[in-house]
Amino acid sequence: MADLQSQDYIRRSATNLTPPSVRHHELEVAKLIDVSRCIGCKACQSACMEWNNLRPEMEEFNGAYENPHDLNPGTWTLMRFAEYEDEQGNLEWLIRKDGCMHCEDPGCLKACPAPGAIVQYANGIVDFISENCIGCGYCVKGCPFNIPRISAQDHKSYKCTLCSDRVGVGLEPACVKTCPTGAIMFGSKDDMKDWAGERIAELKERGFQNAGLYDPPEVGGTHVMYVLHHADKPSLYSGLPDKPHISALVGAWKGFLKPLALAGLAFAAVSTFVHSIVSGPNETTEEDEEAARREMSGQGESEGKGTP
Amino acid sequence: MTNTWQDIKNANVVLVMGGNAAEAHPCGFKWVIEAKIENKAKLVVVDPRFTRTASVADVYAPIRPGTDIAFLSGVMRYLLENDAIQHAYVKAYTNASLIVKEGYGFEDGLFTGYNEEKRSYDKSSWDYELDEQGYAKSDDTWQHPRCVINLLKQHVDRYTPELVSRICGTPQDKYLEICKIFASTAAPDKALTSLFALGWTQHSVGAQNIRAMAMVQLLLGNIGVAGGGMNALRGHSNIQGLTDVGLMSNLLPGYMTIPKDSDVTLDKYLETKQFKPLRPGQTSYWQNYRKFFVSFQKALYGDAAKAENNWAYDWLPKLDVDGYDVLRAFERMDNGQMNGYICQGFNPMQAFPDRGKIRRSLSKLKYLVVIDPLDTETANFWQDYGPQNPSKPAEIQTEVFQLPTTCFAEEEGSLVNSARWLQWHWKAADAPGEAKPDLWIMAGLYHRLKTMYAKDGGAFPDPILNLSWSYADPAEPQPAELAREMNGRALVDIKDDSGAVVLKAGQQLDGFAQLRDDGTTMSGCWIFAGSWTEKGNQMARRDASDPRDAGIAPNWAWAWPANRRILYNRASADLDGKPWNPHKPVVQWNGSKWVGFDVPDYGPTVKPQDGVGPFIMNQEGQGRLFARGLMVEGPFPEHYEPFESPAENVLHPKVKSNPAARVFPNDRKAMGTAQDFPYVGTTYRLTEHFHYWTKHALINAILQPEEFVEIGEALAKEKGIEQGGWVKVSSKRGQVICKAFVTKRIKPLMVDGKPTHVIGCPIHWGFTGVARKGYGANTLTPFVGDANTNTPEFKAFLLNIEKTSAPPAVDVAQGPRDAQGVPKSLTKVGSL
Repeated sequence: MADLQSQDYIRRSATNLTPPSVRHHELEVAKLIDVSRCIGCKACQSACMEWNNLRPEMEEFNGAYENPHDLNPGTWTLMRFAEYEDEQGNLEWLIRKDGCMHCEDPGCLKACPAPGAIVQYANGIVDFISENCIGCGYCVKGCPFNIPRISAQDHKSYKCTLCSDRVGVGLEPACVKTCPTGAIMFGSKDDMKDWAGERIAELKERGFQNAGLYDPPEVGGTHVMYVLHHADKPSLYSGLPDKPHISALVGAWKGFLKPLALAGLAFAAVSTFVHSIVSGPNETTEEDEEAARREMSGQGESEGKGTP
Repeated sequence: MTNTWQDIKNANVVLVMGGNAAEAHPCGFKWVIEAKIENKAKLVVVDPRFTRTASVADVYAPIRPGTDIAFLSGVMRYLLENDAIQHAYVKAYTNASLIVKEGYGFEDGLFTGYNEEKRSYDKSSWDYELDEQGYAKSDDTWQHPRCVINLLKQHVDRYTPELVSRICGTPQDKYLEICKIFASTAAPDKALTSLFALGWTQHSVGAQNIRAMAMVQLLLGNIGVAGGGMNALRGHSNIQGLTDVGLMSNLLPGYMTIPKDSDVTLDKYLETKQFKPLRPGQTSYWQNYRKFFVSFQKALYGDAAKAENNWAYDWLPKLDVDGYDVLRAFERMDNGQMNGYICQGFNPMQAFPDRGKIRRSLSKLKYLVVIDPLDTETANFWQDYGPQNPSKPAEIQTEVFQLPTTCFAEEEGSLVNSARWLQWHWKAADAPGEAKPDLWIMAGLYHRLKTMYAKDGGAFPDPILNLSWSYADPAEPQPAELAREMNGRALVDIKDDSGAVVLKAGQQLDGFAQLRDDGTTMSGCWIFAGSWTEKGNQMARRDASDPRDAGIAPNWAWAWPANRRILYNRASADLDGKPWNPHKPVVQWNGSKWVGFDVPDYGPTVKPQDGVGPFIMNQEGQGRLFARGLMVEGPFPEHYEPFESPAENVLHPKVKSNPAARVFPNDRKAMGTAQDFPYVGTTYRLTEHFHYWTKHALINAILQPEEFVEIGEALAKEKGIEQGGWVKVSSKRGQVICKAFVTKRIKPLMVDGKPTHVIGCPIHWGFTGVARKGYGANTLTPFVGDANTNTPEFKAFLLNIEKTSAPPAVDVAQGPRDAQGVPKSLTKVGSL
């Protein structure tokens, strides 16, 4: 995403940041996905593709309604379908819209070594700034929800932006606007929690004793929350983590390993400089250019597979 | 729909049976969610598969495809036996008390009057006993053994819970749980809404499926009330409009019928359309038929339709058969009796049953004209696409003309939605390439025909030469001009009884009450009268305000008839005119007239004590539990097995399937038996696609890229089929090779003690478009239709399934091939 809102940053990867203070009125936002009223129609997936101009590869049918089969650089949200039978043999089809949870304490941002490649706005949205992304994949490791995907073509990391471009100008995210049953709501985090409370009370009346809100404290809460009929077992919903946590390695990277890693980066920079002085700058051959052209025009056999 | 989409929110119980609203109508389904949240409604889903609708249901029960009448007859039995009917409603507003003629009977699966040779009934005994004045006799005490309610009790008595479960495969406990939920809405202030679609219509007993549910709703007092009704969710954005304007082979606009051969004069034709009231003082609104008809003829032929020529009656076509439905049309094509076909906005190769027969029939044509925005399978039927379309172009002489048209967003006009709303829409974009509006194409055809008739004469040039064609640009009539014509206008000054001029010559009519049968008014479609008045285009109204959140929104667009949103809404009030449900009134009597948010479906000042029934179109003024002779296979619904079925008819083994359904001899030979095809097939839509259109759209193709069938785990295990593995699915008529989706959502049903497996066949893929190429599910389906409408039986037929390996043919079936069999082009699919 373009850097539209730098004065709203409250966190910036690999940077010591003093948040600008003039926009102190900013409300924290949240998207509330009410799984109990979702019909799995994929209108949200379609709207996401339309608004963000994404056209992931058309895949094959592989024995599931999940199409594409997984999140990928062009699929930022995905309906996941789980057929679940309880102890009594009652079938439930648990359908969950998967995508970035926009953690209050974002593991991706913590893990990211590239200054300014991942930012968090005052409203809570976590965004990837592509021009700063170096495609290292640390955000993938840092994410407790397995969300970011690195493009094999441009080596940038991609995920849901919570339509930060729309939200920044007072619009709701595209998936929220399109959802036909109102299963996806958007507003201030407080309002969404209130509304979730009403929904949970109703679900309990209908016999879902364990209905509840998914706003996991392990990541400081999230700006995408779920109303679940079985909040006691989030993993029933296609592996939504029961207790998400940021990998211990991310803590280590931010802690005692950081000076070592920075030294490594510095060494690489110095080596590159020396290499270019000694051997001259890199040059491309005609074959390289031709290959690149083929790649760009989409005729390469191996293009667009997405996930590394 | 008798009611509206918004009105669903007023329901206490939402039944989705014979449809899959969440998947096929996701936008309208918001009102079901609203009913659950705001009205604490229970959602009940009855379906062979656990669908996306079932995923948000409170109660789900499985049912074997094609057994809905058994289920619903059992429900009626339950309601009658447990006295869970709304007594005052049933007594006053239905024909429960009317006495049926002596001679009517039902035995061994047949009603009285059956002629086996003709496969049809003499229906004369299916009627009321009349008194000296010609009114139906009635017994309000329900003591008479032949009053309708007693005949109904007798008829449904056989459908015990045990028998229902034995036929339908529905577990008895689930079935009884659902009966109980239905029964809860017999309370006067509770309502159940029935949402259905092609899951009920596409059966050889389709119309009776719907009748059975309508009878349940009458017994529960749920017709005409807020949150109730029989709500057909239409499958195309304008299919309601299609039937409204009479685009059926047996209809004229506004549900008038095309004359038959035997109707040799106008008087003879109108003789059967007198609709004399069958109870004293009833409205029987169809008595005005002549006004609608003459006004239609004036719209069609203008000044050429005169009293002297019986309003040009002789220029109308006359039917020599019941109708030229699509099955008959293709049967005739196959027999060489039809050699030209104009196919406008239709894709028979994908949409009609037994694709092999469709392809063979098209191959026998001299010419085929396809008028469509898309490059359809039908237009390309002659091309060799490998096993997915094994045509031999060199052997086909059919000349194909493709005329590309604009699609809805590229033109203005009106669409009629399921709730009968005529909603005007505006052009959003120019059409690509050479695409032209359908109106431009039709006008071009008309002018050329007219010129040829004028120049060369012909057997019968009058209907074409005399057609009224007064449009500003004769080469391209505008949608607004046609809309004004459908509404109709006064042809002379129209005066009321006092002699005051109510409409000047040339002015648009306010409504159909102004229509005359003396040639002084014209209206192309009487039920649309009121849609474009002197106040302007009512269809373009966009005021969404909805007083008291009633779900009426009377100033949004315009609904036929007369902007009425809930049909039969007089029945929402009791005999004194007070709402059955005071919290959700629709209309009520205020002492001097009927008032409410909706337009009363009733004489506005007719007093409640006058005893005029709320079902004003019916001769009795009442809802019909007993249909008289209006259905071809009986006045009560009866369970008949689908034409291809794995089960015997346990009620009457000798009469297995609908005895009045038409089957052509060759098609009967193409029916399979359970010995060779042991599994029940059913076809359906998925949310990700719209019929055969969206496989041309990349995003939809990404969301559901490839043909598959759904089978249960037990069947997969039995046949060694893996998740996502290749299977060959076959019927007596053809085969499809595709992937299998093994799911917990389809379970074997215990039918008469035997496990019965269902195979689900989504319909969307073909050999044109950007999605992966497929065979099309209608390769498999049988060529037989509903006995009344001839809507094909797509929802229940016989299949076999075998594991297979990936067919090499699928890899090369990427487009038409050249003479060497090499694909001419490889379809490029999108990539990031």
